[in-house]
Amino acid sequence: MNTLFASIVTPNGKVYEGDVHMVSVRATSGDMGILPNHMPLVAPLKISAVKLKHLESDEYVAVSGGFVEIRRDSVTILTESAERKVDIDVARAERAKAEAEAKLASLTEDSPEYKAVLNDLKRAENRLHVASL
Amino acid sequence: MASLRDLKSKINATKKTRQITNAMHMVAAANLNRSQLQAEAYQEYMNKLRSVVAHIASGNKGSLRHPMLETRPVKKVGYIVIAGERGLAGAYNNNVFKALEALIKDKNQSKDDYTGLVVGRMAQRYFEKRQMPVSSQAVGIPDQPSFESIKALAKDAVRLFENQEIDELHIIYTHFVSAISQQVRTVQLLPLTDVESGGDHKTYYEYEPSENEVLETLLPQYIEGYIYGALLDAKAAEHAARMTAMKNSTDNASEMIERYTLQYNRARQAAITQEISEIVGGANALQ
Repeated sequence: MNTLFASIVTPNGKVYEGDVHMVSVRATSGDMGILPNHMPLVAPLKISAVKLKHLESDEYVAVSGGFVEIRRDSVTILTESAERKVDIDVARAERAKAEAEAKLASLTEDSPEYKAVLNDLKRAENRLHVASL
Repeated sequence: MASLRDLKSKINATKKTRQITNAMHMVAAANLNRSQLQAEAYQEYMNKLRSVVAHIASGNKGSLRHPMLETRPVKKVGYIVIAGERGLAGAYNNNVFKALEALIKDKNQSKDDYTGLVVGRMAQRYFEKRQMPVSSQAVGIPDQPSFESIKALAKDAVRLFENQEIDELHIIYTHFVSAISQQVRTVQLLPLTDVESGGDHKTYYEYEPSENEVLETLLPQYIEGYIYGALLDAKAAEHAARMTAMKNSTDNASEMIERYTLQYNRARQAAITQEISEIVGGANALQ
């Protein structure tokens, strides 16, 4: 069976690297499943979970946006932060979620921080989601 | 000539200073090592990012529209100034500020024409003392900064530009050349004029949903990544500068101790000689 080389890179270093059979990502334009020999493509990602399928085992990584670069034999995800399922600190994510929710309640939709706080909330929720997979 | 006791205490004090500067030298050396490893991990990210940006830019000359690529009349300039958290690093901080002063003198008429985005306590203090405008600050940067320590400031910088509060963004930081040489750099970040390409141009990518929308996320990420890279570079340079400065003070302290010890021994000799001649003189007088 064909494989493709997947890597997830953040400014703080590599989070994942290895040969996988399939990568599933959530791009802004929709979900994508990437198999070997995919056409070269660049697409921005949502704050979401990335699934890396290797034989029968699946690995999940929480990414906070960024984008995916696909070549024939490799997939690279460049993002500001990414955490593997096992590295997620659930207590911290829950705290971050509660904080963001509290902040959000005091803001209106047109205040300048609204978008940033909303993103914080999404990131925390995404982490919790990935941790529960 | 100073008394024996004065000299003795001077020697002890200098020895203690030397101990401290020596320890700081070691710490800076260890930090420098770690910074270099960190820079390597980061380089991979930036190289990839740059090659994708360059790829899009080179494949679509002229047809791309993005506010970050367009030059507009400059009313206000933003300066990101990266300095240290503390001094004791030779001329490290001062060199950055000198470069900033030269740049401001060259480009701006008054304090309304620019705004600072300061990184590091020394930079913050510099702006405060001169009552220069500050739009964003990041202080308490650790010796091995993570992306999180600069993220807020980087996002502020991009936002200021997008909201047209600033029309140009420059960054002033120290580039790490080698352990004994650092160099202050000023780079214009925005608008993005040229991205030097590093990657291959043979692959033709499809952009989903469209090139402009990819740029929408790519360019801010590129700028933020660049700022973080500058911070890492500056930190490595700071550690190197501190290492050299502390090495020099340790050497100077050793030299001083040597000189004082010589003086001390001479004084001791003189005292002994005097004592002997007094005893001999006294004995002779008794005969």
